[in-house]
Amino acid sequence: MSDHSHDSEEHIGHILPLSLLLKVFGGLVCLTILTVMTGKADLHGADLAVAMVIATCKASLVCFFFMHLKYDRPFHGMIFLFSVMFVGLFLAFVTLDSEAYQDDIREKLSNDILQISE
Amino acid sequence: MSAHDNHPEGVAHHFESASQQFDSGKLGIWTFLLTEVLFFSALFVAYTMYRNNYPEVFQFASQYLDTNLGALNTLVLLLSSFTIAWGVRNAMLGETKKLTINLIITLVCAAGFMMIKAEEYGHKFHEGTLWGGHEHSIFKLDANDVDPHMAEHSLAFNNPDGEFTAAVKDLDPEFRQKLGIFFGIYFCLTGLHGIHVLIGMILLSWLLIRNLRGEFGPKNFAAVDFIALYWHLVDLIWIFLFPLLYLIS
Repeated sequence: MSDHSHDSEEHIGHILPLSLLLKVFGGLVCLTILTVMTGKADLHGADLAVAMVIATCKASLVCFFFMHLKYDRPFHGMIFLFSVMFVGLFLAFVTLDSEAYQDDIREKLSNDILQISE
Repeated sequence: MSAHDNHPEGVAHHFESASQQFDSGKLGIWTFLLTEVLFFSALFVAYTMYRNNYPEVFQFASQYLDTNLGALNTLVLLLSSFTIAWGVRNAMLGETKKLTINLIITLVCAAGFMMIKAEEYGHKFHEGTLWGGHEHSIFKLDANDVDPHMAEHSLAFNNPDGEFTAAVKDLDPEFRQKLGIFFGIYFCLTGLHGIHVLIGMILLSWLLIRNLRGEFGPKNFAAVDFIALYWHLVDLIWIFLFPLLYLIS
């Protein structure tokens, strides 16, 4: 990018070289093939963890390069990071509570089934 | 009048400079993306809860989803993300014709994604692999409510191992009902994502029309950049949906 201008009035946004975009796209396709392969293989219970690690790698590639976060103001990345953190909190608190009412649900379900079969 | 004369071209009167205008828009779109992530998170939490409690339901139900079509859709969306990212570069450099081509490819990919999705949905409506409340669902709690023809249907048809051959009506009722809930979550997640793809297609068409009018260039590419960010988020969500729904072994 030889025509980089440092004039604050002119300089808006960051232009990504095409070669970098192509590399990122290639990486994303490779990771997709990898996740299909690992998804079909038996990984002895690690399937979900492996799939999520690969998905997170793909998501990072999209965020940092396609969405320009690597070159953008850190504040925009922070906004995005906070949204992901709050999703994490949401998941964590709900998961903590998830088994709490299962016995009641099972009891209710088995009563319903008894009523239907009667 | 003099203040107006000095005002930079293409900058709204309440902004001091083009970069201030651009930054404001960018902050706005990132804040919108934050709300989008939280919007989807409710469904992801429903998914997590349900999978935590009934892993066997997920393993079984996932066999009904076509992994090849899911993977193909992933590649189609990734390609569209690449072309729109390239399009942003085109807009920044003022390459109007290339931008037109990239916008068209992105639109074609989006349409292709929706067509593949429609093919998958159509198959599910045909087979009755739907949420339990649907008229034609084979996963109703009471086997007597299931269409008699469908109820005799053997469940081995989509099982790669061919080991499981029970008819729908012979499944444990509780298990059959839970399969219906899995498909409820499946249709909500992919449906909400599909609506986002449709909205994206409308926005991309709008960009295409504006670009054909010659409205974008190195000093005015914000709309392309912001809609590209939205499009990448739609891609990001699919990146997680694909392994979570299709790749459960």
